[in-house]
Amino acid sequence: MKPGDGKTVALFATCINDTMFPTTPQAVVTVLERLGCKVVFPKSQTCCGQMLTNTGYYDEAVPSVRNYVRTFEDYDYIVGPSGSCIGAVRHQHPMLAEHAGDKALKSVSEEVVKRTYDFSEFLVDVLDVTDVGAYFPHRVTFHPTCHSLRVAKVGDRPMQLLRAVKGITILDLPDAEQCCGFGGTFSVKNSEVSVAMATDKARNAVSTGAEYVVAGDNACLMNIGGVLHRGNTGVKPIHLAEILAQTEEAAIA
Amino acid sequence: MSIDHRTEGSVAKPRLTPAPPTGSYLGMPAFPKGVKKELENQQLRRNLRHATTTIRGKRALRAAEVHDWEELRVAGEQIKNRVGRHLDHYLVQAEEAMTRAGITVHWARDAEEANRIVVEIAKSKGTDEVVKIKSMVTQETELNEALEEAGIAAWETDLAELIVQLGHDRPSHILVPAIHRNRSEVREIFLEEMGNWGTPAPPDISDDPPELAAAARTHLREKFLRAKVAISGGNFIVAETGSVVIVESEGNGRMCLTLPETLISVVGIEKLLPTFEDLEVFLRLLPRSSTGERMNPYTSIWTGVTEGDGPQDLHVVLLDNGRTNVLADPVGREALRCIRCSACMNVCPVYERVGGHAYGSVYPGPIGSILTPQLRGVASPIDQSLPFASSLCGACNDVCPVRIPISDILVHMRHKVVEYKRKTHKLPTGESLLFKGIGWMMGKGQRLAGAQVATQAAARLMKRRKYIGPLPIPGYPSAWTNARDLPMPPAQTFREWWDAREEQR
Amino acid sequence: MSAREEILERIRRATADIREKDPVRDVPVDWAYGRPTPVGDVLDTFVENIEDYKARIVRTGADGTGRAIVEALTELGAKSVLVPSGVQDTWVAALEAGGFTVVRDEPVLSHAELNEVDAVLTGARVAAAETGTICLDHDDDQGRRALTLVPDRHVCVVREDQVVSDIPEAVARLRPAVEARRPITWISGGSATSDIELARVEGVHGPRNLFVVLEAQPSSR
Repeated sequence: MKPGDGKTVALFATCINDTMFPTTPQAVVTVLERLGCKVVFPKSQTCCGQMLTNTGYYDEAVPSVRNYVRTFEDYDYIVGPSGSCIGAVRHQHPMLAEHAGDKALKSVSEEVVKRTYDFSEFLVDVLDVTDVGAYFPHRVTFHPTCHSLRVAKVGDRPMQLLRAVKGITILDLPDAEQCCGFGGTFSVKNSEVSVAMATDKARNAVSTGAEYVVAGDNACLMNIGGVLHRGNTGVKPIHLAEILAQTEEAAIA
Repeated sequence: MSIDHRTEGSVAKPRLTPAPPTGSYLGMPAFPKGVKKELENQQLRRNLRHATTTIRGKRALRAAEVHDWEELRVAGEQIKNRVGRHLDHYLVQAEEAMTRAGITVHWARDAEEANRIVVEIAKSKGTDEVVKIKSMVTQETELNEALEEAGIAAWETDLAELIVQLGHDRPSHILVPAIHRNRSEVREIFLEEMGNWGTPAPPDISDDPPELAAAARTHLREKFLRAKVAISGGNFIVAETGSVVIVESEGNGRMCLTLPETLISVVGIEKLLPTFEDLEVFLRLLPRSSTGERMNPYTSIWTGVTEGDGPQDLHVVLLDNGRTNVLADPVGREALRCIRCSACMNVCPVYERVGGHAYGSVYPGPIGSILTPQLRGVASPIDQSLPFASSLCGACNDVCPVRIPISDILVHMRHKVVEYKRKTHKLPTGESLLFKGIGWMMGKGQRLAGAQVATQAAARLMKRRKYIGPLPIPGYPSAWTNARDLPMPPAQTFREWWDAREEQR
Repeated sequence: MSAREEILERIRRATADIREKDPVRDVPVDWAYGRPTPVGDVLDTFVENIEDYKARIVRTGADGTGRAIVEALTELGAKSVLVPSGVQDTWVAALEAGGFTVVRDEPVLSHAELNEVDAVLTGARVAAAETGTICLDHDDDQGRRALTLVPDRHVCVVREDQVVSDIPEAVARLRPAVEARRPITWISGGSATSDIELARVEGVHGPRNLFVVLEAQPSSR
C-alpha cells in the first residue's frame, strides 16, 4: 500500500510553471504518482492572480479568483509547487472576493482555500512521507523563500524532504531567510534594489560550494538563477520537486 | 567644508542653528529614482549593513528569551486596537486626567497648528532657545525650522540627532537617526561644527565612540543647565491617569524633562494607552524590539506637575496631522498601532540596502511605506512610489511587536495608488492596460493557453539558446535583463505535455 | 469649530463603522496583568542583569549597608555626596565617619551646584530582576528627579524585599505612586548610547556610574 493510494490530487501547476518551467509540475506528477496518487490537471486553470493583486490591481485579479474556485471547487486536494502562489490563494482570495462584493464567491473561496496545499505540505502533512524515494548525488544549498516561510508557512517541510534524499549533500546558505529580491513586479519597478538583493543571495549561494540552489518557488529561482547565469557561476537553480522526482533507478538507466 | 552655514540660502538672516538640507520631503523623487545615489555609495551600504545586522541579532536574542513573547505581542495588538477604535473616548479621558494633574492640553489639527502652539508658548517664556528630546513627531511637523523662523534656536540633544543637526543632514532611521554615518564621519562633523554653536570638540579628538560621546556630553551640558524651555515627544500617554511616558537611553531626555521650567510635549493622538497597567505590556515589548535590550537605560513617567520637582509649567499638544485619515481606513488603521520601535526597518532587506533617505519621509522603511502615504495621501510621486518600495518578503510582519500586518497594508496601499491614478488620469496608463489584459487572460484556461502560443513562437525563434541576455527594450524587459539573464520559454508548455501524455494513454 | 472639536469629530467620522461603543466589549484583551515572570532566583537574576549593563552591584547584610555605601563611593572616587532628606540616618553617619562631604538639597540647590557634586546616594521604590531595572518614585529617600540625574555617580540602595521578578509586578507596586501623581524614573544600568555605529557607550548625560547596594532584610540575618 502506497501513501497516496485512493487520493485524487488536482494539480495546480501555476501559470509561471505551466508557461516557463514545465519540468517542475512534471516532476510533481512523477512524485505524486510514484506515491500512489491519481493526479488530474484541470485544463481551465490559470493563475493565482498574485501579480495583479500585489501590484494593486484588485479588480483585474478577481477573474483569477473566480476561475480558481470554478476549476478546483470539486477536489479534495489541490496541490501546487509554489509557496508563493499557494500562499496567495490562501491569504488573498477571500479578501479579493470580499473586494468584489461577492459573498457567495467568498464563502466558496474560503472552503477551497482550506483544501489548497503547497507540494511540500501535501507530502509531509497529508501523505505523511518525507522519504519519497529520491536520489540526487549532488551538493545543494536551500533557499527557503519568503512566501513559503511567511505566507504559506510551510516551515521546515522542504528541508525534511531534502534531508531524506539519498546521496544529497545539503550546504547551509548564509542569511538563508533573507529575501532574494524577486517580489513580483518589485523586480522591475525597483530593479536596482532587487538586483542588489539578488546579487547578495547569489553570492551567498556560490560561497557554499553547492552545484545547485534549491527552492520551492521557481519565481525566486528565476531571479537568483538570472544573476547566477549572468555571472557564469556554474551554480544552477533547481526546484525541490525536480530533486524529489529523481530516483536511483532513473539515474542508473 | 568651508561654507559658512550661518548665512546659507538667499535670506541673509544669520542662522541660529545649523541649516538643514534644502528641499522638502514631498519634492523628493519617487523611490526607485531616489535609491540610485544610495546604492552607489559603498560606505553607506557598509554602515547600514553592519548596523542593521547587529541590531536585528540583538532583537532576536531579546525576544527569544521572553517566554510569553507571542502573548505579549497579541496583548500589544489588542490594547492598541482598543485605543484606536475608541480614540475619542480615550482622548477625552486623557485630557481630563492631564488637566486635573496640572498639564495644559492643546489640540492641533496639523503640523502648522502644532508648531504655532509651541512657538507661542516658547515666545511667552521670553526665551531664545529650547532643548529638544529626540521626537519623531516634531521631525514630522518640522518644528525646528518653525522655531528658527520665530528667532528661537532648537537644540537637538540626542547624540544621533545632534550628529544629524550638526551635519546639516536628515535623519535616516527612527531609532538611530545617524545610522548612515560612521565614526570618522561623526568625528569630522563634530570638529567642523561644534565650535560654531557652543562648546567645541577637543581638537585632538579621535573617532573612538566613547570620546565622541564625551564631546557631546560636554557640548550639551551647558545647554541643559541653562535651558528654560524643553520640547519632547511622548512614547505613551496613559488615558486613565494622564501620565506621559518617555523611553530613552542617554539621559538627555531626563535632562530636558527635569531641568527646564517649561516642558512642551507634542504627542500624536494615537499614542494613548488605556491604563497604567498597560505599561507592563509595552515597556516589555518596546525596548527588546527597538534597541534589543532587556530594558532601555531610562524611562520617565510624569503625572502632571510636582511641586519642587521638575518643570512647573507642563504642556501637551495632541496632534492629528493626518492620523484621523489613517483611522478612517479599516485596513490601513492597523498602522496606527505603531510604537516606533524600528524593528521593521532593521529586518527590511530593502532598507538595509538603501537607507532611510530615499523614503522621502521622517518615517522610512516598511512602517514608513504604509504610514507616510496614509498620513500625506497618495498624490505626489514619492508617496505613490512608497507602497511599492518592498519585495513583500514579510520579514517585518514577524518582528512587529504590535503585529501590524505590514505587507498586507502595503498591498492595500498599492491598490489605493492604482485607484487614485485611475480616477485622476485622463487616459489609462500603459501598466493598467497591460494588467487589464493579463486579468482578462487569466479569467479562462483557454485564454492562457492561447497566449502561451506567443511565448513558444519566441522560443522557436531562438531555439538553441537557454537564456536571454540584456534586452534593449525600455521598461520591464530591460529592468529585468540589465543584470539578470532570463530563461527562454520552453518549446512545450506543461499543458501541452499533459495533453500529449493523456493521448498516449 | 475648535481644533479639539474638529479632531474629535474627525475621529467619530473615521470610526463610524465600529458599532460596539464600549471599548472593553469591543476589543477584549487576553492578558493577565501583574503576573510574576518565572526567572529562577529573583535576586541572583537581578544581580546578573545589573552586571550585564556593566553597572556595579554588591550584596550586603542589613547591618553592612553603611560600610558598603562607603566602599562604593570610595571605589567611584567621590568626595562629595548628595543626600536626599529621607535617607536613613545610619547611612549619613557612615558617610560622615568616612570623611565624605555630605551635601543636602536644603536650601534647594541650583543646577550648577548639583553639577558640582560628585555623587548622589538614594533608596528606591521597587526593582525588576528580569530587566535589571530600578524604579524610583522620588519619595523622600530618593529626592527630586534632578538629584539622581545631574551628579555623575549614583549609589542606590535596594532592599531585597523590593526586588520583584519582572516589569508587571513592578508596575503593580508603582500604582500608589502614580495615583499620588509622583514622578517615576526607571533606571536600567548607567546612561548609554549606541548612536555611533551601534557601538554601546556607557555614560552620556545621565550618571555615568551606577552602583547598586542590595541589602538583605534584617530577619534573614
